[in-house]
Amino acid sequence: MIEIEGITKRYDATTVVDDVSMVIEPRTVCVIVGTSGSGKTTLLRMINRLVEPTAGIIKLDGADNRSVPGYELRRSIGYAIQGHGLFPHRTVAQNIATVPVLLGWDKDRIKARVDELMTLYQLDPQAYGPRYPHELSGGQQQRVGVARALAAEPNVLLMDEPFGALDPIIRTKAQEDLLAIQKRFGTTIILVTHDMEEAVHMGDKIAVMDAGKLVQYAKPAEILANPASSFVETLVGASERPFRLLSLGRVRDAVEIGSAEGEAIPGDASQRDALAELLWSGRPALPVKGTDGKPLGRITVDGLVKRAARPA
Amino acid sequence: MKAWLPALLRLALVVLLVAFLTNPGWFEPLLKPLTENNAPVIYNQGSLLTLTLLHLRTVLLATLAATIVAVALAILVTRPAGAEFLPLSRSLVNIGQTFPPVAVLALAVPAVGFGEWPTLIALFLYGLLPIFENALTGLTTLPANVVEAARGAGMTGWQRLIKVELPLSAPIILGGIRLSVVIGLATATIGSTVAAKTLGEVIIAGLLSNNLAFILQGGLIVAALAVLIYDGLSAVERYAARRMGREAE
Ligand SMILES: Nc1ncnc2c1ncn2[C@@H]1O[C@H](COP(=O)(O)OP(=O)(O)OP(=O)(O)O)[C@@H](O)[C@H]1O
Ligand SMILES: [Mg+2]
Repeated sequence: MIEIEGITKRYDATTVVDDVSMVIEPRTVCVIVGTSGSGKTTLLRMINRLVEPTAGIIKLDGADNRSVPGYELRRSIGYAIQGHGLFPHRTVAQNIATVPVLLGWDKDRIKARVDELMTLYQLDPQAYGPRYPHELSGGQQQRVGVARALAAEPNVLLMDEPFGALDPIIRTKAQEDLLAIQKRFGTTIILVTHDMEEAVHMGDKIAVMDAGKLVQYAKPAEILANPASSFVETLVGASERPFRLLSLGRVRDAVEIGSAEGEAIPGDASQRDALAELLWSGRPALPVKGTDGKPLGRITVDGLVKRAARPA
Repeated sequence: MKAWLPALLRLALVVLLVAFLTNPGWFEPLLKPLTENNAPVIYNQGSLLTLTLLHLRTVLLATLAATIVAVALAILVTRPAGAEFLPLSRSLVNIGQTFPPVAVLALAVPAVGFGEWPTLIALFLYGLLPIFENALTGLTTLPANVVEAARGAGMTGWQRLIKVELPLSAPIILGGIRLSVVIGLATATIGSTVAAKTLGEVIIAGLLSNNLAFILQGGLIVAALAVLIYDGLSAVERYAARRMGREAE
């Protein structure tokens, strides 16, 4: 659990983060969104004390984060820096191994972990391990940056726009991978992004920042349904709202009794994808199948349209 | 065709230099026209090879000392605790550079006597500035998010210096060392005025006996050394820059 209590950061007279308080539950993903310069990176960096707050406390599992030396704290927290920040003079494998080496893991364990992460991120350890960062594409560099942050199996992972340079396909894949890792290891993730789509998709909760202040901190559905201010409403993107709301729900939860013609859609697809499929195929309804392939019922345009409407 | 030409020229220069230092007699006919009254053509008050090696040793020792002091100073003033000494150390090092080496020699002799020491001191002082300035540039122009990533990974200040900051500055620091060595090679010749064993001895002997052949062979050996070492260090620097992923700069 991460408890942020009355955190403020001032540089001279300008307040960059203004009295922010929030609690991040363990094993959840908290996404921080906000315009450029709203203090997202600064807030993130106060958690691992790359920036020392002017006022306030941050507790990790109940302990003040100032109770251990900064460098020790940072070895226990994964950090994927904005713009990857790979060490240009070290190979991909050495980059990923940074924190395990600092922690004094033995060679075999480090190698096994590096290989595991590289395989997970579709970088063949044999081919890419000995390469230098400048010999990789931007997207590959970014994946190595994330792998480096994950290397020492941290309980808490701070990620500053980790998927910014990825194309939409790899980006979706990287998001899925991250969520899978998060589920498997129970990592608590705090992720900064500019992409509302990503925020709604990844976040158990979304924190919206504006000019250093935390203006809303709630579940995605709540932020979409009841934006706390016109700023949040704009950020959420009024014209996208119904679709984002649908993207939060699974088809299985919108199934109606009955049958329909055509190719069945899987129950764990998002309702948004189902609506897209319905609109594109020009049908009023589609059959739904479970993971075992058995029919579950059908999904209808009318049903989805009702679900996309502003919650009462 | 163009690519191998410089390499060939360098190789020829090495061969020529080695041949001249080991068998200067071979070149006697070439230099003969520069002498008068049957004066000796090849320097005869000591072995040219020995003098060259001593010359190199003096420059090497002075540069080594200058590198250690200049880099240590640059590291010190780029740490948060040492930042206030930056202006002071800058002016100190600048004085070392602006003070003429001849004056340093003159001042050093009463203190440490004749021989190699005054020359070492002069070369050391003269070599500090390029290395210090380059080390400073290297350490202050590191890519910010790489240094932050090192901090974020939990490296201590010392680990950051050794594992990240110095390796990334190495190409630029090497550039400073290269300048310092080349200046030192030329400057070392004046050390012979205070009895240091350097190639300056050959030139001075030529001046005293009005022997153009001596002056020329002393000067040419120094020039050839400078060119070769400059080239060699440039190559090392390019290699380091590539290895540190800084080739774009
Ligand atoms: N070391 C510093 N000294 C002075 N001002 C700073 C410092 N670091 C950040 N700031 C200022 O604090 C504000 C917030 O910066 P921060 O990097 O947290 O923004 P951000 O929300 O992450 O923006 P972006 O989305 O562009 O990354 C900016 O106005 C920035 O100029
Ligand atoms: Mg930022």
